[in-house]
Amino acid sequence: MKFLVSILLIAFLSFTACLYLDWWSIAIAAFIVAVAIPQRAGKSFLAAFIALFLLWSILSFWLSSNNDHLLAHKMSMLILKLDNPYLLMLITGLLGGLIAGLAAVSGSLLRRSKSK
Amino acid sequence: MRIAFSIFFAAVTIGLIMLLDSTLLPAPLGRLLSPQHGFWQNAEKTNEDFSADLKFPQLSGKVSVYLDDRLVPHVFAEQENDAYFVQGYLHAKFRLWQMELQTFSAAGRLSEFFGDRALNHDREFRRLGMVYAAERAEQEMNKDAAIKAECDAYTAGVNAYINSLTESTLPVEYKLLRYKPEPWNNLKTMLFLKYMCYDLAGRDEDFEMTSAKNYFNGNDFAQLYPYIQDSLDPIIPKGTVLPPQTVFPKAPADADSLYMQKGITIGDYEKPDKENGSNNWAVSGKKTKSGAPILCNDPHLGLNLPSLWYEIQISTPSFNAYGVSFPGAPGVVIGFNDSCAFGVTNGGRDVKDFYSIRFKDDSRKEYLFNGTYNPTKFRVDTIRIKDKPDFIDSVAYVLLGNDWCPVMFDKTYTGNRTDGKGYYAVRWKAHDPSLDLKYFNLMNRAKNYNDYQVAAEYFHAPGQNCVFACKNGDIAIRTQGEWPAKWKGQGDFIMPGTDTSYLWQGMIPQSEVPYQYNPERGFVSSANQKPVDDKTYPYYLGREYPMYRGIAINRRLSAMNNITPEDMEQLQTDNYNVFAAMAMPLFLKNLDDSKLNADEKKYADLLRGWNLRNDVGSKGATVFEILWNNVKDTIYDDEFAKAPKGTMKPFESSLLEGLLKDSAYKFADNINTPEKETVADDVLAAFKRSAQQLKQLELAGKLDWEKYKATHIDHLTKLEAFSRRNLPIGGGTNNINAAKENHGPSWRMVVSLTEKTEAYGVYPGGQSGNPGSKYYDNFVDQWVAGKYNLLWMMTKDETKDKRVKAVMQFTKG
Repeated sequence: MKFLVSILLIAFLSFTACLYLDWWSIAIAAFIVAVAIPQRAGKSFLAAFIALFLLWSILSFWLSSNNDHLLAHKMSMLILKLDNPYLLMLITGLLGGLIAGLAAVSGSLLRRSKSK
Repeated sequence: MRIAFSIFFAAVTIGLIMLLDSTLLPAPLGRLLSPQHGFWQNAEKTNEDFSADLKFPQLSGKVSVYLDDRLVPHVFAEQENDAYFVQGYLHAKFRLWQMELQTFSAAGRLSEFFGDRALNHDREFRRLGMVYAAERAEQEMNKDAAIKAECDAYTAGVNAYINSLTESTLPVEYKLLRYKPEPWNNLKTMLFLKYMCYDLAGRDEDFEMTSAKNYFNGNDFAQLYPYIQDSLDPIIPKGTVLPPQTVFPKAPADADSLYMQKGITIGDYEKPDKENGSNNWAVSGKKTKSGAPILCNDPHLGLNLPSLWYEIQISTPSFNAYGVSFPGAPGVVIGFNDSCAFGVTNGGRDVKDFYSIRFKDDSRKEYLFNGTYNPTKFRVDTIRIKDKPDFIDSVAYVLLGNDWCPVMFDKTYTGNRTDGKGYYAVRWKAHDPSLDLKYFNLMNRAKNYNDYQVAAEYFHAPGQNCVFACKNGDIAIRTQGEWPAKWKGQGDFIMPGTDTSYLWQGMIPQSEVPYQYNPERGFVSSANQKPVDDKTYPYYLGREYPMYRGIAINRRLSAMNNITPEDMEQLQTDNYNVFAAMAMPLFLKNLDDSKLNADEKKYADLLRGWNLRNDVGSKGATVFEILWNNVKDTIYDDEFAKAPKGTMKPFESSLLEGLLKDSAYKFADNINTPEKETVADDVLAAFKRSAQQLKQLELAGKLDWEKYKATHIDHLTKLEAFSRRNLPIGGGTNNINAAKENHGPSWRMVVSLTEKTEAYGVYPGGQSGNPGSKYYDNFVDQWVAGKYNLLWMMTKDETKDKRVKAVMQFTKG
């Protein structure tokens, strides 16, 4: 339950924060949730990773679909040197997931060191 | 212990974020990929609705913008200056990044985001006095209340859009390079215009020609670089009576004998494209099917995405104009209004000359002029460089006659043209104050020939051949510009700058600008050839101009009658190669089949069977192009191998005319062999070399003309993903359809001035500068196919027309 709530909360907070703040506010969202909802470091990482992986890959897929992937084709040629918009969405998700996950580990460890 | 791990992971996270936010990687990946900030936000919906209700306190009335199915805005404003505000807003909304890039380039500020690899460009542009020129243009603009108000409104409109930008709505290029736009101002508009001036009137060959003059003896020099082009068909036809001469430039006594310059060392350097030119013409009603004049224009410039041009209709109580505008400046540049149509081609005269300066000492504080030492003015530039300390550049300005001229090359900056020991100041027409914007302003509202004459006289630099046609039946052309009145040969070489004798002695008055008004032959035309016959024109025009397109156009227009707009479209996209037609006898005469092997004979047959058109699929066009290049090299390489690097190459027209005239053309002989080679020997040798290259091309599947030429339109950053490569289009140099590798007809327009104007146009790009928009390059395929769009001069009662896809309302508030 904690795990699922963490995922939803991180995704929600990240989305809201990014409406107003810089892109790296996803790390703050993941960190806060990891502090607020104590879980083992591994689980915290996984929750934050899944939250941002899903949020960013779904958002990018949705934005790109409305564009017939016109720009994603070009950007994947530019960044990946191969024409694969879906791979770029996957990388977007992985990147968001990784940053949020690392921030969550930090938050989780901080919480558990305090609660000791 | 856990706290330590916590801090460790926090540090790793922050480190990773900083890395992904920085430009240490080729791009700031985190920022770029974030779906709510990065490039995904630039993925414009395919059914994007551009409708909006916008309120701005700067407006004084209401403006309605109807965006049509090609995303062309039809701007209807109650107040004229509000129209310019909205034009600025729309330029910024659809083209902001290119506007900034071009003005940063003009101002020598590219290092700010490209780093020190752009430092040489920045120094070159600053030292040429681009900012000085823009500042003087701004001062001149401030004196004219109407143009000042126009520019102020335009600037306010650009800034209104910039202020509305958020991280996510920034154009994608800003996200890639990680910087942000800065506020626009009138100086930037002037910088943009000076950027065009550089492109069109910023080329000189003074160092290259001086090197040739130093190296070749008098006779050889005269033969390689003649004053006259035999086949010339000038813009103002031979025999036209010109206005009487009022300025009498006097050549210094030692002009012919003076030994020119030492210290020239030429390497690679940035210079405007030699091919920057254009076609325009107007035919009178007696030659058209409808009985109304037709005006046509296709400016040939570097082809880029986003395009240099932005289509727009501007309608105010005082005028109603349609055409293409420059993102970066207000008004319609090439187009038509309810009464007339207007266009330009480049004048191409030499208005940029170098003078050798003598300073008292290396401090550059005093320079010798007319026997005394005079104080220098310094302009100190601080060039900001990304991730590096600032670079401070100080440029000395010297007063030559009445004009302060920057000493562009000195011991700190050779520009890859000098050995670093001398000092060279540049006298450039673009430095003189002028109000060229007023030409566009007045042409947008011109009603008749008189209005056109008044408007044209404001156009000083870059000098343009301004073509005009009016619904009342008038057609006209002016070889417009404020040109220095030069004596024969003035400015071909670097000149001494130690006294007044070699300076420009005055400008040719506007009353002496050669023009044609309703000529007997029923048409006017220009294609960058020499404006007038040099045998009768009293002022020096320079040596070589591109003359072949003009010959082809005049031939065709003379022969045509009952002309329709479709005929004009076909003429603009005509791939007939008049240069090849003139060169072909040379090859036919000198190619002896008995000396060719089977492969070579095959290519010779391709050449003989060629229809002289650079069409898609033509193999003969490729054979001709490669053969001609090899002929040039075979004839000249031996002479030029010994000449200093960068020495001016002879003009193609001089070579062709020399070879056709003289079968014992002197330079045909290879000076490195004991034998005496003839033209026939050189042609044969060149053909054999060509056959080998052609074989390679054939194996690579690139023998077809369009595959060999491989026309491409690159994004301004040259990023391939944002560019269009290998476009299957015919045409090329010396074709009316001047579509070259990355250069060519940047806008094609045909306007038939019937009672209801019938106009067609196309440019190789799209209205949106966003690579993520379907409007980014949607005209390119049409342009390649030679197809045109109908240019819709919308009226106020057509707001319900099905072509209107979105409405933007601008109101005061």
